[in-house]
Amino acid sequence: MRREVPLIITAACGFIFIIQFFVPHPPLNRVQDVFNDWVNIIAGFAIVLGILNLLRVNLNKMSKKSKGWPYALFTILGLSAYVVIGLAFSGGRSFQNPGTAFYWVYINLFFPLNSTMFALLAFFVASASYRAFRARNKEATLLLIAATILMLGRVPLGEYLSGWLPSGWRLADLSDWIMDFPQTAGQRAIMMGIALGIISTSLRIILGIERTYLGGD
Amino acid sequence: MDANSFFNIGNLIAGILTIGIVSFLYKDNPLYKFCEALFVGISAGYWFVTIIFTVILPKLYDKLISQEYVYLVGGAFGVLMLLRLVPKISWLSNWALAFVVGSTAGVNLIGYLQSNGMNQVKNTILPLWTGAWGSSIGNLIIVVGTFCGLVYFFFSKEHKGVFGGLAKTGILFLMVTFGAAFGYTVMSRMSLLIGRMDFVFGTWMGLIR
Amino acid sequence: MNFWQKLLAVDRRVIFALVAVAVIIPFFLSFPIKITVSPPVQAVYDYIEKLPPGSLVMISCDYDPPSAPELQPMTETMLKHFFLKDLKVIILGLWPQGSVQANIALEVVMRDPILKAKNLKYGVDYVNLGFTAGNEFVIIRMGTDIHAAFPVDFNGTKIAELPLMQNVRNFDNIAFVFNVSAGYPGTYEWVIFGVDRYRFKLGAGNTAVQAPLVSPYVQSGQLIGLLGGMRGGAEYEEVSHYFGKATGFMRSQTFSHAVVIFFIIVGNLAYFMTRGKRT
Repeated sequence: MRREVPLIITAACGFIFIIQFFVPHPPLNRVQDVFNDWVNIIAGFAIVLGILNLLRVNLNKMSKKSKGWPYALFTILGLSAYVVIGLAFSGGRSFQNPGTAFYWVYINLFFPLNSTMFALLAFFVASASYRAFRARNKEATLLLIAATILMLGRVPLGEYLSGWLPSGWRLADLSDWIMDFPQTAGQRAIMMGIALGIISTSLRIILGIERTYLGGD
Repeated sequence: MDANSFFNIGNLIAGILTIGIVSFLYKDNPLYKFCEALFVGISAGYWFVTIIFTVILPKLYDKLISQEYVYLVGGAFGVLMLLRLVPKISWLSNWALAFVVGSTAGVNLIGYLQSNGMNQVKNTILPLWTGAWGSSIGNLIIVVGTFCGLVYFFFSKEHKGVFGGLAKTGILFLMVTFGAAFGYTVMSRMSLLIGRMDFVFGTWMGLIR
Repeated sequence: MNFWQKLLAVDRRVIFALVAVAVIIPFFLSFPIKITVSPPVQAVYDYIEKLPPGSLVMISCDYDPPSAPELQPMTETMLKHFFLKDLKVIILGLWPQGSVQANIALEVVMRDPILKAKNLKYGVDYVNLGFTAGNEFVIIRMGTDIHAAFPVDFNGTKIAELPLMQNVRNFDNIAFVFNVSAGYPGTYEWVIFGVDRYRFKLGAGNTAVQAPLVSPYVQSGQLIGLLGGMRGGAEYEEVSHYFGKATGFMRSQTFSHAVVIFFIIVGNLAYFMTRGKRT
């Protein structure tokens, strides 16, 4: 039961979605539509599961007074306050409209926290460029040259530095050419390789050969 | 400096939180840790409220109220997913997971085969002579680069001789690809910082118009 | 330690400070910026210009606040372009924050005097369907029935009650889709599960990290065109003449790139000068 039922469900869903692609007529199209809607609902519950798990982990941290437990309290307070604000004080289903309390928290807390966390990456990428980006061999040198041409070509600095060159040979043109031809070729090779990997993994999952998603039960 | 915008309560809170996160660059500190914890909590709260109003209510509750009882099955699978939190019966969540995994595998198999497999092969079959040198060289680069890149990723055969030469050519194309990726990554990360500085010096302090 | 070794051992906070200066100082300068428009951006503009007034277009905002500096300007410019061409606009998001960001863009765009004069009405000229969970499954569902994928709009109103959505069933009714994307789900999924299944026309605006990943789709024609990062947004402002923040931000982008290239050159120079001493 514990292994067989999920494997049957996986196979049935997989085959229905595959067959429906080739036979998009009733009743398969209606079955796919219903399955599609169920997936959306399950995806919603999966997100709720993640949030409940976060709550459980932080409550655990607080109860055991583990290292950094006051911060777990802030996490729980932030979560609870925003949930209460969103569910009870923001006009119901129009909770995201400008003017609601939920929107105010989004603009003045969520937005700056989220954006600034990622903005730190700018500093780290510069530091990594200085400390780690080395032209140790010809491949790394080629990488470096391509990166430099692109970084110059995508900003007006490239126009200023190479504006004296004939049209078609300036840094902006060079960077467009790199993107359109050698970069596209390499990217396509990667894309096709990944596609083959996904196709084979999907087939293994549907046929029940790949079972790691079921865990150790 | 614009005092109105600086002391606007929303801007002030956003500004202090921004400085709190940026302070990590000097040293890890309690203000940063507080901002980080708050961010995690608020993100989770945001998702929870959003899911309730955009998925659970319109796609489950409203459907059941309209007597479309087939959605009870979807709801039941959703509840099974939540049982992952109860160790004794967490194995039931595998049924819901299997539904999602099976459906995703099914659509991905066809989707990636068509879009990233066959379509890419089709668009790599290009004329090597188009009548103009520029486009002919471009097409040749795409054909050779894609082929050699794929040869490089074929690890079942040793990269020796002609095969090894093709693989080495593939590496050169991949290095150009990664160089482009690095250049664009720098551009992207800098943009994130530019946006925040625009807020701090523009919206909050009113120093830029 | 000699000069080069000291240079390699410099505190990373010095590097951080230089980056901050490079980004902040240009905000207080106003030198002219020259932006040349690349063919993928021109292609998107030309396609929209050819759409007859009254055509239905869709814009999917699949990004969150961190990507807003890159993608928000292009969302604003695109919406402005749509409205000035008298196109009917359906907005949605496969990311929950995307539809909120779209609303913020709408607020900015609607302040334009020309658009104010048009007296655009929600539900008639444009709608915001909001967000729903499901990633690529939402795209697949929209291909059969948009009303099933999005039963209610951003405000919780049933979309069947909105005049604009009354004759819209699926992608067959949509003349053009523009996807503003920062990751998953995004342009990849729109191409794989949308364009190649339902054969509609798709243009994309991506963060600079993602733009190289989808460039093969431009060559293959699965994407009509592509706006890559803040530069793509600036190019679209240039070609459409609806100037916004992207063009101004390119000043800071210029200085920041120059600083990173400086770091790469100096770092490598120091490495080669000290390499003999280390071996």
